[in-house]
This record gives sequence, structure tokens and C-alpha cells, in this order.
Amino acid sequence: MRFQLTEDQRALRDGVRELLARRFGRAALRAAVEEPGRLDRALWRELGAAGFFALRLPEARGGVGLGLPEAVLAFEEAGRTLLPGPLVATHLAAGEVPGAATGEAVVADVGACGLVEWLAEADVVRGDAAGAVPLRSVDPLTPLHQVPVARGVDPVAVLLTAAEQLGSAARACELAVQHARGREQFGQPIGGFQAVKHLCAEMLVRTETARAAVYAAAVTADAADIDTARLLADEAAVRGARDCLQVHGGMGFTWEFEVHLHLKRAWVRTHRAGDATESEERMAAELLAQPI
Amino acid sequence: MDLAHTPEEEEFRTRLREWLGQVLPTLPPKPSPDDWPGRRAYDLGWQRRLYDAGYADVHWDASPAVRLIFLEETEKAGAPYVGAGFVGLLHAGPTIAAEGTAEQRARWLPPILRGEEVWCQGFSEPDAGSDLAALRTRARRDGDDYVVSGSKIWTSHAEVADWCELLVRTDPEAPKHRGISWLAMPMDAPGITVRPLKTLAGSAEFAEVFLDEVRVPVANRVGDENDGWRVTMVTLSFERGTAFVGEVVACRRVLRELAGEAHKNGRWDDPVLRRRLGRLNAEFRALWRLTQWNVSEAMGVPPVGRSRGRGRTGGVPGGVPGVGGSVFKLRYSHARQELYDAAADVLGPQALDLDRPWVLDRLSSLSYTIAAGTSQIQRNIVAERILGLPKGR
Repeated sequence: MRFQLTEDQRALRDGVRELLARRFGRAALRAAVEEPGRLDRALWRELGAAGFFALRLPEARGGVGLGLPEAVLAFEEAGRTLLPGPLVATHLAAGEVPGAATGEAVVADVGACGLVEWLAEADVVRGDAAGAVPLRSVDPLTPLHQVPVARGVDPVAVLLTAAEQLGSAARACELAVQHARGREQFGQPIGGFQAVKHLCAEMLVRTETARAAVYAAAVTADAADIDTARLLADEAAVRGARDCLQVHGGMGFTWEFEVHLHLKRAWVRTHRAGDATESEERMAAELLAQPI
Repeated sequence: MDLAHTPEEEEFRTRLREWLGQVLPTLPPKPSPDDWPGRRAYDLGWQRRLYDAGYADVHWDASPAVRLIFLEETEKAGAPYVGAGFVGLLHAGPTIAAEGTAEQRARWLPPILRGEEVWCQGFSEPDAGSDLAALRTRARRDGDDYVVSGSKIWTSHAEVADWCELLVRTDPEAPKHRGISWLAMPMDAPGITVRPLKTLAGSAEFAEVFLDEVRVPVANRVGDENDGWRVTMVTLSFERGTAFVGEVVACRRVLRELAGEAHKNGRWDDPVLRRRLGRLNAEFRALWRLTQWNVSEAMGVPPVGRSRGRGRTGGVPGGVPGVGGSVFKLRYSHARQELYDAAADVLGPQALDLDRPWVLDRLSSLSYTIAAGTSQIQRNIVAERILGLPKGR
């Protein structure tokens, strides 16, 4: 048992992090917020060229030939930077929808709650999008439509979404800690106050517990492990963003500071895999199924 | 990332399973929780069987992965808990192994492994619980002895212990972390009074220990004089790192029993309760994964004692767990309390009956966010030592 990242996996994670820092830094994020609903096609093709979508496609079919653990690490990085677009849907379509693997095509999926992300920008929509009604999306970086007929969701989509939530949770914790170390009130950094310190500590505890769950699910691809990853990662991302906002005080409540984008995206992701109560019900049923 | 064990580790698991299958049916019945001499005899008897079968030193000399398998399998099989041997095997023993002299290791370690001597922990004081460094029990040098006066509290197994790992203040002038020493005190020394304390669960799980001019040989000091704080940190990192592995397995079993009970008594039809149990299932599954993560991380850390060339039972095996143990302890102690609160909801009014299963466990679980460093202290540790936030208040 060596349940730690291998050298190759670290290198892959660092590579994706560098690419996203270069191509989707804070300025690009702000620009995307100012132009809601528009997907950066050049960036999409660049992700395709870097193998983001073809990561799990066998080499014989023009893919990178890596596995779920590597895909999880890449999507964690996407979650950290709030990279917009139907990333999971396009990744899952690689090898099935022409152009998806290379980032030439943008693929949207009808989700388990009947929500469709990025419908207007998509070249291909999987599922029945007839009767789609646009929503005024709470997340400025994820345009949403609601359709009458929901679609069953691929467990891999659930896991990759959990990986994005994990990245978002980790980033929110970093932002909170950074602020708590620098911001002074009452003559000292606010991170010296236990009330603030303990918020940050709990953010880390939730993130690291979710990390173990998400990575384990990537290794086993087991249904109960994926539900576990989903529940823990949703919690870490949503509560992490809320706590990060709280640590930033009034600044956290502004449009300028990016934490609201993390919170809103985390909310969107909690619906992608269907209602959380369904995961809870499956985990409850699993208790009756077999001994540990 | 890999969750599979090596063939050698799986062989260990198979051998251990077979042995447990043979030995467990031959064990005497468990003594009642209040019968401390009975519990001592029972727990030491179990340790002796482990010793005879070659499993006694698994906490010390095996790799973290093998230790994980040992704790997983013994818990799954329903083998006795380490019990009265806890402080010796998981606190004092590893500390002496890492910090003691050759003579000290030869004197104290074999009787712990053979199940002959019980240790208790003399750390906490009435005015120094979580603020451990504020302890006031004094030790003054007199020839070849320290003369110790003061009092300790929350001392588990004190009335049946042979030895106490005792923290004393040897330099009252030094800054509070600097003037502390770690002593092995024989519990039959004149001047020691033990008064059992009743817990909120109604049982005598721990005691107050009063020390009146107790003479402890200077040779019983582990580590340098006034260096006891550092020695203690070695001990505490063990407590926070690996002490709970078997308990996670136990909680997962309890959760399945609870689901079965709810199914039987009709409470399973309540979707709110059902989903709560489902969420707890995810919680404990994640905690098990976190355990595997921490153990794998520890595999990469060189052994403490052995790296100084100390050999068999003279080394603390790979991985003195770091502050990551605090992350685990925080999450686990709260999850355990939620588990038994859910148990109370499965039981309904029967949760008020001390004779029902899980009711005493629910009461005991209240100690988890306090013992071995309160959750508040653990959050400070996580915030200051992992996240690098400033010290403050």
C-alpha cells in the first residue's frame, strides 16, 4: 500500500497547475466574469492539445492513456482555478464525440437534475435538450438551462466533479489563510485570534478528509467510494467557500473578491451529480448490504 | 497512488486471521467494566498471548502498513482491546524506545511486551490539563533521587499500574516548556496516594494521584534533565497518530449494527434518520481512507530510534506521525460523537436505559473531544503548525 502521489502524478499535477496559472490567471478570470456566457475557444483547444480531455483515452486511439487518478488530479487543478466550461462533459465525450478529445468540440451534457451547463456554447449536446429553458445562473461563469427530462449520470462524472470541489476547497483554505496572516485588526494579524484560526483549521480538516476520499475513489472506482467522495467534497467546497468569505469580512462580501465565485460554482457542482440525498440513500443501503 | 498491500503484508494478514480464529474462542469471559484488577489480568493475559505468538511488538517494530493490518484484523475479529496495556504499549514504551538509554530499554520494554507490567500516564494536573506545560508537580534533586511532590489527575489505570510516566518540573526558574523532565515512577513507592474518580458514565476509569515527597531514582529519568517537553512531544504524536486506527474499524462495525437495529425496529423507514446513517457511512469510510493516507505517508518517514542504530525494539518504527494526526483526531472525535447520537435516535427512549447497547458508549464518546488534547487545542495546532497562522489567543 502506497496511498500517496507517485513522482509522475506530482509532475502531472504541477504541469496542469503551471498551464492554468499561465493561461487562466486572475486577470483572465476577471475578464471571463465580465463577459458571461462566452467560452474561450482558444483556451479550450489549448487544453485539448495538453491532453486534458484525452487523458484517459488509450494511446492507440490518440489519447494520453492515463487513468482515473491522473484525471482526478487534473480536475482538482481546474477546480482550484475556477476554470469555466463543460470540462467534465467534454472529457467524458473524448473518443465518442469527434473533436472532443482535441478540444475542437465543446460538449455539454444533460445532468441528473435536468440542468445543462453551457448549452448555448456547445457544439454537441448529449441527452434530450428539447424544451430547454434558460436560467439566470447564480454563477456568472456557468450559464445554465433547465430541461424537462433528466439523464442518468456517469459515476466518473460524479468523481471528476468531486475532484473539482476538492480543488476549490483547497484554494478557499489557502485564500483564507493568506488573508488571516496579512490582515491586521486590534494591533495583530487576525489569524492570531482563535475564532479565525479555528475556522481555517476546520477548512483544512474538511479538505484533507475529502482529499483522502476523492483519491481513494479514483484508485478503486468503487460505487460507495465515489458517493463518499461526492458527499465529503461537496461539504468541503461549500462550507470552505462560506468560511473563506467569513474570514475576509466585508471584503469577502464584494464582487471583486473571488470567493463568491468559488461558492457559486460549488453550488452548481452539488447539483451536477443529482441530489445529495440520493448519495446518502445509497450509502445507507450499503450499510445493510455486507459486513465491513 | 495504490491501496493494495504487498504479498508479504497480505501473508501477515492471513496468518494473523488464522491465529485469531484459533485463539479467540479460548479466551476467558470479559470482566465487568468496574472490575479493574480483573481487567488488568484480562488485558495482560491477552498481551501475553500476543507475545507468545510473536505479535507483541507489532506496534513498535512492524512497518506502519503491517500495524494497520494488525489493528484492522484484530478489531474485525472482535479481539480484546489493548486496554490496561495502552499507556505502556502506545505511550511510554515508544517513548522509552526512542529516547531511553540501553539500560532503560532493557529494564522497561520487555515486561511491557510480555504483558507483565502496566503503565499509567502522569501528565495532566488539576491546573494544567490542555495547558500541559503549566504543570506544577515539583521534583527536587537529593543525592541519587528526585523528591517529587504534587498531584496528577485524569490518570487512567492508576490503581492497577506498576509504573507511571511522570512529568515533573525540575527547574522552576526556567521558561515553562524548558524546566520539565520525564520520569518513570514506580507506583508502589511510599508517598503515593491514588483516589479513583468516577466518570460521568458512572464508572471509575481514571484517578487522582497525590504525590508527597516520593523518591524516584535519577536513573529513572528518560531524556536529559529539563528536556522532558521534547520527550513528551514524541509520546503525544503517537497518541494522536495511530491510537485510533482500530477504533475507526470498530465505528464502521457499530454503524452496520445500528442500521440492522433500525431495520428491525422500524426506524429505518424514517428517511431523515436513514440518510443520516448514510452520511455517517461516508464519513467513516473517508476516515478509513484518511488513515490509509496517513499510514502511507508515515511509511516514507525513517524510524526514529532505528535511524540512530538502535535495532530491534529499540526503535520507533517508521513514522512518528506528524501534526497530520491532529487533522484526523479532530474529525474522528466529532464523528464518533455523531455516531452515538445517531444510535440514540435509532434506540428512541431506550437510549435512556444504561443496560442497552451503545448507551454507555455514547457517554464515553463525550471524552473524545477532550482527552489527548481538546478539539480547541487541536485546532490551534493545525492552524499554527500546518497552516502557519501566528500564535495568539
